[in-house]
Amino acid sequence: MERSFVFVALFAALIAVLGLVPSFMLITGVPISAQSLGVMLAGAVLGARRGALAVLLLLLLVALGLPLLAGGRGGLGVFVGPTAGFLVGFPVAAFVTGWITERWRSMDLALVAGVAALVGGVLVLYAFGVAGMVLAAGLSPVQALTALSAFIPGDIIKAAIAGVVTRAIWQARPDAVLSRAH
Amino acid sequence: MLALTLEQRSWLHAVPAGAKMAAVALAVVLVVPVTDPAVIGAMVLGVAALYGSAGAMALRAGLRLLRPLVLMLAIIMAWHLLMGEARLGLVICLRILGLVALANLVTLTTRLDDMMAVLEWLMAPLTRLGLPTGRLALAVALAIRTIPALSLKADALREAWRARATRRPGPQLAFPLVLLALDDATHVAEALRARGGLAATETTKQKRN
Repeated sequence: MERSFVFVALFAALIAVLGLVPSFMLITGVPISAQSLGVMLAGAVLGARRGALAVLLLLLLVALGLPLLAGGRGGLGVFVGPTAGFLVGFPVAAFVTGWITERWRSMDLALVAGVAALVGGVLVLYAFGVAGMVLAAGLSPVQALTALSAFIPGDIIKAAIAGVVTRAIWQARPDAVLSRAH
Repeated sequence: MLALTLEQRSWLHAVPAGAKMAAVALAVVLVVPVTDPAVIGAMVLGVAALYGSAGAMALRAGLRLLRPLVLMLAIIMAWHLLMGEARLGLVICLRILGLVALANLVTLTTRLDDMMAVLEWLMAPLTRLGLPTGRLALAVALAIRTIPALSLKADALREAWRARATRRPGPQLAFPLVLLALDDATHVAEALRARGGLAATETTKQKRN
């Protein structure tokens, strides 16, 4: 019990640290942070419930006033801005990623976690992000998606990375991958 | 850990955190149905005046926090201009600008401890219902304490990468970083269990009440 509690707290910190480093750049010149990679990994490694809790804890720290979102953003303002939909989607993304990883056990973990991250961390997350922009900015869903399109290739790459990293962790520390530990 | 709170105190620092947060919530409810650009423009000016009354430091920090928003607002405005709805675009952009700036002002003028106090106040009914809310404060403290430590480890990984490779460090570092975090977590969990475990956080809490 102490272990899964501390894992949740440390994963919240990990997502924050991954957001602080602009990790890689696509040819498009769009800076891609590794923060959503952290959200995907939280679900894939900790499982649905704990992954979502880790993300919620991070959002709580942001709301309390810490600049922990990608690019050093933070504070209460980000929750009323046009990208607030992504923040609402973050815990759901981790939950869906974890839910799929927990249940789909017949295939290689890299493939399972990669697909789970693609569904949870890209499809579900963008559904929330686009809905948020439609509500806050008065754009149509297609317009919102167009405005966000520069980020989608990077997020698909991150889903693949999340799959590979999850399998590597599973091989190095099998009992730390709580989504598979029962 | 570097919070966004301004060191230099202003009259807004003295206003109770709960009142400031309630004011933001009220502003959101009041402003969202407004469709007259002049009314929303006046709201934005009012927020700017609030920043001004909190001092030059607050104004500078507030503008810095709004910088990531500029590109987003430009895109939103451009779409609305293309659709021939300049007035609606203006209303939406001003509304977002004003509300985000107002919410940021609360963050800039409220200490982390005071924010935590509001959180505890909001959680009090759950605590009385017997829910283990004491561990939430522990989780917050643990995460805040871990971020700089983990950040140092990420720096060390990057240094090690640069010492060996000519290419920029990329997502390859995610794996060792996660591994370090998980090993840390295992040690912290053992230490926590040795000190009475999670149950201890709740019993001390009850004694204090």
